[in-house]
Amino acid sequence: MTGKDARKGLWIAFFVLPGLAVVFTIILLPLFMSLFNSLFSWNQLLRGDFVGLGNFRKVFATEPYRTRFFNAIGNNLTWFLVTMLVQNSLGLFFGYLLSRRVPGHEFFKRVIFIPVLFSIVAVGFLWGLYLRPNGLFNGFLKLLGAGGLQRAWLGDENLATFSIIAVNIWRWVGFPSLVFLAAIDNVPVECLEAAYLDGAREGTIFRRIILPLIVPSITVITVLTIIGSLNVFEQIFTMTGLDGSPNFSTDTIGTLFYRTAFGSVDSGNPEIGVGSAIGVVIYALTFGASILSIAGLNRKEVEL
Amino acid sequence: MRFKRSALVLLLALLALGTLVAQTTTLNFWTWRPEDTDAYNKLIAVFEKANPGIDVVLTAQKNTEYNTILSAALAGGSGPDVFQSRAYGGLETFAQSGYMEPLEKWVPELKKFDKAPLRGATSIKDGKVYGVPFASQTLFIYYNKAIYKQLGLSVPETWDQFLANLQAMKKAGVQPLANGGKDGWTLEVLQGAICPNFYGANDFFDAVMTGKATFQDPRYVGAIAKLKELTPYMPDLFMGVSYTDMQSSFINELAGHFIGGSFEAGYFSAQNPKLEYDVFPAPVAKKGDKPYVSVYADGNFSMNAGSRNKDAAAKFLKFLAGKTTGDFFIKDLKQVSAVPGADTSSSPYIQKVLSLQKYNTPYIMLVGFRYQQPTGSVLLQAALQGFMAGKFDAAEVGRQVQEGLATWHAPFQKK
Repeated sequence: MTGKDARKGLWIAFFVLPGLAVVFTIILLPLFMSLFNSLFSWNQLLRGDFVGLGNFRKVFATEPYRTRFFNAIGNNLTWFLVTMLVQNSLGLFFGYLLSRRVPGHEFFKRVIFIPVLFSIVAVGFLWGLYLRPNGLFNGFLKLLGAGGLQRAWLGDENLATFSIIAVNIWRWVGFPSLVFLAAIDNVPVECLEAAYLDGAREGTIFRRIILPLIVPSITVITVLTIIGSLNVFEQIFTMTGLDGSPNFSTDTIGTLFYRTAFGSVDSGNPEIGVGSAIGVVIYALTFGASILSIAGLNRKEVEL
Repeated sequence: MRFKRSALVLLLALLALGTLVAQTTTLNFWTWRPEDTDAYNKLIAVFEKANPGIDVVLTAQKNTEYNTILSAALAGGSGPDVFQSRAYGGLETFAQSGYMEPLEKWVPELKKFDKAPLRGATSIKDGKVYGVPFASQTLFIYYNKAIYKQLGLSVPETWDQFLANLQAMKKAGVQPLANGGKDGWTLEVLQGAICPNFYGANDFFDAVMTGKATFQDPRYVGAIAKLKELTPYMPDLFMGVSYTDMQSSFINELAGHFIGGSFEAGYFSAQNPKLEYDVFPAPVAKKGDKPYVSVYADGNFSMNAGSRNKDAAAKFLKFLAGKTTGDFFIKDLKQVSAVPGADTSSSPYIQKVLSLQKYNTPYIMLVGFRYQQPTGSVLLQAALQGFMAGKFDAAEVGRQVQEGLATWHAPFQKK
């Protein structure tokens, strides 16, 4: 019996270890390395003295790091709010429409989901071209007779972040749509039929029956949105560049972290200590926010 | 018996191979210019022919990832023996980390180099030279000769003449300037080309380096304010116009001027061989002033302090500091070589650039203020984007740059 258990244990280890090794070397190890690095002062590429939380103090309390950090965090917050409001509401709307089997729903399901499969870098690059002053998008506006609405979508401080978010919503809205579609399709038909028989209207059914029953999916999408909004990087990198151009208006903690930790050709030398500190802050924020939202939304879950 | 004999043969073969390996030294050489690989291999072949026994292996890394890859390799002990290194602040990263060998002892040819390019290879911390400078870049204004001819314009000397030319183009329905502001660094280049003639070039540079003046000085603020006079001649929605948009509008002859660096010429000619263009230095405030151009060292060739083949590496570096390499840069790479006495006869363009360098001033933020974060470049690029978009005035640009630099530039801290 014990021999069999041991053999079973070995087999389990055999299957688990490779995965564990990968997680350890490319996720856990770098995480603790950056925590370790963030506690030291750095002279260019050489680790210097132990400075405790000095680098964190720099990020939160010393100029110019502080302004840059809170500006970046503010943009991450914008990402979260707009994505949550626009993308996820649209996703819920699309998911609902598809679940009601609107004409052509199979076709629309695919059309909405296709951009999710595109490479994020390719999307950023192509939309970067479309959003140029004389690009497709402004051309389209002109065609519609709305030439007055033409803007430098990625070059205007007030618009750049929203333009990039809009592109990202275009790319990603298919994901929440399908998750919500699956969730709504899983709502037991008996509940809906009973409600219809009782004379409930479509709106009431959605609010009182469907919505409470898809809370688990809403939780998942919310957590993913939080994590996604904190980790925004590629979209900015491909569309407005590492410097959070123009005038830091599209800077996020991701681009700030990269620029600080690794430097960039046009902006200057790496500051590994401060960069690592920002990295640790990103991790802590992601972790904390996810725990909070899972805990918060679990309470609203309804079980049949 | 037979076994013994074959073992003997094998042993002899191994011995022979061993001596052969001992005779050839392999030098690993890294560049951030994948597009120049073929040209570099031609140069390496010349070196290898003259130095039998040294085998140079060229590896090209992606430009934007170069620093990261190189620092990881050097830190891990697997770095190349000889590598291209950035100038000024970018040099400091590797020099201060102890990854670069000081070269005065190895490459005596450096003594003959000009002071300006050597500055980009010298550490500000210990004053040692850590690289053989390879090329200099100059900032000026490209203009389309065909459009000038067609509109009957002549090359402007003063700012007012320049604005008049821009106005004439606008009137004729030609886009006067290709420049935009989406990529912050192109605005820094714009500043580097236009402003020195208004802020007083070298005098002002020396003054801010020593802390005798600040970036809030009326000379600098006034120079920045001049850039605003160009916005009516920039493309519609110019804040959305990126570097590649700028290039394509000049290459396709849609725009009359391109304010940029000497590094563009090769690309312009390659993309549109029929494009007739020439360059002129940024216009001066009043007739008779000396037209200054911003100049900076592009980069260097450096030796890995941990290299096991320092003698061979030094031989290669001496070759890279020599006339053969200088001529090669001019002829094959169309770059303004930093090697003294290189032959410019093959390129009228480079002769022209060198003649403009007669009145040269350091490209201010790159040469003076890229040693720590926030660098002058980061500060200026962002502030210029705000300024050109009309968010704030030139005084605010000066203030933002000054306050950011005062966090680390010691001479600013005494004030």
